[in-house]
Amino acid sequence: MSDNVIEARGLLKLYGATRAVDAIDLDICRGEIFGLLGPNGAGKTTTILMILGLTEISGGAVNVLGFNPVRQPLEVKRRVGYLPDSVGFYDHLTARQNLRYTARLLAIPRKDAEKRIADALESVQLADVGDHRVATFSRGMRQRLGIAEIVMKKAEVAILDEPTSGLDPHATHELLEMIRGLKKVGVAVLLSSHLLDRVQSVCDRVALFNNGKIALMGTVVELANKVLGAGHPILVEAQGSDIAGTLRGIEGVQQVVDAGEGAWRVIADRDVRAAVALRVVSSGGSLTRLADLQPSLEEVYTRYFQEARHAA
Amino acid sequence: MPRNSGQREGSPFTGLAPVFMKEFSDHLSSARMMVLMLFVIVFGAFPVASSLQELRNITEADAYLFLRIFTSAPESLPISFVFALNFIIPIMAIGLGFDSVNSEFNHRTLSRVLSQPIYRDALLLGKFLGALATLAVALTALWLIVFGAGLLLLGIPPRGVEVARAASFLLVTIAYGGVWLAVAMLFSVIFRSTATSALCALGLWLFFFFLWPMIASAITTGFAPSQFRTADEVLAVEQVGSVLARLSPGTLFGEAVIGLLNPETKAFGYFANMLLSQSRGLIPGAPLPFDQSLLLIWPQITGLIAGMIVVFAAAYIVFQREEVRA
Repeated sequence: MSDNVIEARGLLKLYGATRAVDAIDLDICRGEIFGLLGPNGAGKTTTILMILGLTEISGGAVNVLGFNPVRQPLEVKRRVGYLPDSVGFYDHLTARQNLRYTARLLAIPRKDAEKRIADALESVQLADVGDHRVATFSRGMRQRLGIAEIVMKKAEVAILDEPTSGLDPHATHELLEMIRGLKKVGVAVLLSSHLLDRVQSVCDRVALFNNGKIALMGTVVELANKVLGAGHPILVEAQGSDIAGTLRGIEGVQQVVDAGEGAWRVIADRDVRAAVALRVVSSGGSLTRLADLQPSLEEVYTRYFQEARHAA
Repeated sequence: MPRNSGQREGSPFTGLAPVFMKEFSDHLSSARMMVLMLFVIVFGAFPVASSLQELRNITEADAYLFLRIFTSAPESLPISFVFALNFIIPIMAIGLGFDSVNSEFNHRTLSRVLSQPIYRDALLLGKFLGALATLAVALTALWLIVFGAGLLLLGIPPRGVEVARAASFLLVTIAYGGVWLAVAMLFSVIFRSTATSALCALGLWLFFFFLWPMIASAITTGFAPSQFRTADEVLAVEQVGSVLARLSPGTLFGEAVIGLLNPETKAFGYFANMLLSQSRGLIPGAPLPFDQSLLLIWPQITGLIAGMIVVFAAAYIVFQREEVRA
């Protein structure tokens, strides 16, 4: 048995005749951060709800930490923390009271609960506003309180649905730090998002959803190779005569694209930066910039869906 | 792994106690509860105060004088306490229940709470019991106030049987509140908008309170022959009318309460009473013993409780099928 915390096989969800989730296979390992990406309505939230046993499964099977969410939802929900899309708390209660209610639902003994609540609030930097009513909280603070709930629960798996949507850059950064913090203590994190560059920075692996199917799955680099083609893209900015020609003459360069304003995108089968520098300078040009282009998830995403649309 | 087969595991009541405690304390501390209590006291106090004024001047001996506080309608204000309750209990119950589930949904707390180890059963039942307990506390408080006022102002202590009848009356009142609470919760499960659910519940209440008696009597008139030949025919028509009227929980409550608080009641309906006294030789004004009164209104009590369970079950079924996502 592998060290998977979530295993889905042929997971299917039908709403009438539409296949909201179309027979997907998914494995999430212990201690990794896994990103579910895709446009709205692609089936990410439905998949999450099926994993949690919060909506019925039309076909296939899921196994979460060795439990079946259809038959043993209580066991699953005891071990899995869930942060729904734009999470809500009881506005008339304080942060601490909200967590206390959850602790009671989890049947955590009272003495234990107070300590765990205090620690959880501390870990998301809400300790000083723990006795304020949640009505006064900003969206970012509510999301952090949601993370605190998962910390208090001591969940083995955290499922976060669009955790960063609607947050300002600073709050997003803080939240992602907290998600990394969850990983550090050994929690497997499954998060869905359409904020790609943010997700890219935390996710170990991602799955790209399209129309209820998983179109692509793997690490960001793997995905980039698949969609953008294998190759080593670099950006060259230089002044001089016939830079493009010079670049094309370098061994290993496959493609040179004019990116405008004295810049070129070079795709090669290896790292050709040293050769590029040498040739540009020796041909009398002045090199102003030479950058290694990391494959961006956004590019992968955009390109993939462009191609998918063309194919359709 | 078996595909969606087999029973789900774990008790459906896991987490019932925390939900109940939270709902109960939320209700008790809410501003809405204050308003409802004020409402109840104002509407309840007027009939009681004026009937007490009149009862103090009664000189003839009445074995059940204490119970008259609840039922007598003073001339100055032709509303008895019982009638006022028939009117305000539904409003209280609807006020407590109309947003119980959909507000969780609208505040996006539902999916978070349901992702904790509880079943939906526990959430719905906990909410229902929490609101019912709140209602029970409010009604018991009101009942004690009336009882205390009676003690003070009438200056005669109630007899044991009167206390028993009045206590049973309190229980029937709570059951009646439970019916309307279940109705309000059913609408709160069906409609995502709290305003729609409140409107529907209040609409249903208005229908039963004002329109249904008229509709029931219209239907009954339609059934009646142009000329009555025997007393049995009269009785049969009256029974049709009663059966129709009893579809309204308000009628069941009214009859149950009259049976309890007016010990002289032996049957419901004018002709039924008359025939009963003629055929069995019962003395019209003589009171029934407590156990006989209970037996008389047993169908009404059963009807109220059954209605509460049926409506709650409907809410339960709708809730189980509902998608938690926005």
